Amino acid sequence: MFRFEFMQNAFLAGTIIAILCGVIGVFVIARNMSFLTHTLSEIGFAGASFGVFMSWPPLNGMILFTTISSIIVGQLSVKQERRENVISAISALFIGLGILFLSLSNKNASYATNILFGSVIGIGQSDVIQISALSVVVLAVIFVIYRYLKFDSFDPIGAQVRGVNKTLLSIVFLILLAFSVSVAAQIVGSLLIFILLTIPAAVAKYFARTVGGMMTLAVGIALFGVWVGLYLSYLTNLPVSFFIATIEAALYLVALASKRWLKTE
Amino acid sequence: MTDPILQIKDLTAGYADSSTPVIKHLNYTLNRGDFLSIVGENGVGKTTLMKTILRQLKPESGSISYYPDDHAVHIGYVPQFRNIDGEYPLSIRDFVALNLTGFKLPWLSQSERQKVTEMLERTGLKHLANRPMGQASGGEKQKAYLAQALIEEPDLLILDESTASLDPISKNDLLDLVLEINQKFGLTVIFVTHDIALAKKYTQKFLMLTPGKFIQGDSADLSTEEIWGMMEAHV
Repeated sequence: MFRFEFMQNAFLAGTIIAILCGVIGVFVIARNMSFLTHTLSEIGFAGASFGVFMSWPPLNGMILFTTISSIIVGQLSVKQERRENVISAISALFIGLGILFLSLSNKNASYATNILFGSVIGIGQSDVIQISALSVVVLAVIFVIYRYLKFDSFDPIGAQVRGVNKTLLSIVFLILLAFSVSVAAQIVGSLLIFILLTIPAAVAKYFARTVGGMMTLAVGIALFGVWVGLYLSYLTNLPVSFFIATIEAALYLVALASKRWLKTE
Repeated sequence: MTDPILQIKDLTAGYADSSTPVIKHLNYTLNRGDFLSIVGENGVGKTTLMKTILRQLKPESGSISYYPDDHAVHIGYVPQFRNIDGEYPLSIRDFVALNLTGFKLPWLSQSERQKVTEMLERTGLKHLANRPMGQASGGEKQKAYLAQALIEEPDLLILDESTASLDPISKNDLLDLVLEINQKFGLTVIFVTHDIALAKKYTQKFLMLTPGKFIQGDSADLSTEEIWGMMEAHV
């Protein structure tokens, strides 16, 4: 399998993406941002289409759109009660824009499929470098702001009382999330990014005993899904995103069931 | 000899969307080592006063001065409510350590770990250090909130209705602990409460807020009956 350069690239990129998603996913879950992450994936589709329309690499279009829109969403949805409505409205707008840009760019349907569902063979060496560089930037920023981010994510009232700059922290996190969405889309596609960004951390929440443990477990679960998904995709020639989605969703259901079972014990 | 930590001078404070200020012309001096209770019914301005002391709300007029200077006084605040998902893998130890912030390494240093352990010991939580916050009782949670506020060694501790949702044993347990820390380490404490009996039992001084009037006193100068009488006449 590793005889092929595209599989080497896919595994390398997949590994980096899984680590990034496992780490940032912990904060996505703690900050209750699963729905926003889902929306960012749709916005990512519009961004990638815009990139294609402008003859840019799709990743650049995704980063542009997800970054701008995450800041807008963050600013508009400061109030929790209107957050979901704001996200729905922005989501609808960006899916429409994605369809428009794709139509204007005169690209065929398979190009849209690649953006939406990801592509193993589409990842070249330069993509791996770009994905690695972006991931390192995101992880480095998380490393620096970790204590503030952890405080604000797991005890928002305590952080507010302590005087943590919540607005600034929220914007920085949304930008990090936008970068992560754009990076993760390269392998699982824009439609299924939220799988790696939410499910591994959601599963880890049930079994870890500390936040650090939750992060390690989330990375492990994401890596398992990506590696097994890539292998099965190679064997069957079916889309990798299908396998990753199925594995992660199955793990989540098993986690839920075992949590309930443990509770009734 | 008095050693003020905070001085409120002719304070008038309220909210921009209301034409009438909630607090009008309040004067009060809090000394280092004091254990003060602020008593009053809902809507008399306890929260407004706390927000002003915490510098979250600007006074309309008058001032609050901190000694030796504004930046030197670090305030630890324990709010009544917290929004913590019971399913998070957040142990009591983890929770207490959250307040050790700064642009530092994600993991705790040896001295920070030691500090957390000492604080858990001091607040009687050491044997519960690994218990998830979601599984802690109301009293244990309040102690964890207290430990989190104390870990950064505040000069002034504010307990905002911290005993409101606790059973009588847990209330006494928590306030015994706060009183011990107040007496042993000289920590200045403000205890905001509706509970007059607890205020009288644990605090040396009281400030009662009533609509349009403030009554302040020192338990040492007044008999229990006098304080009870004054408080019950207004609350």
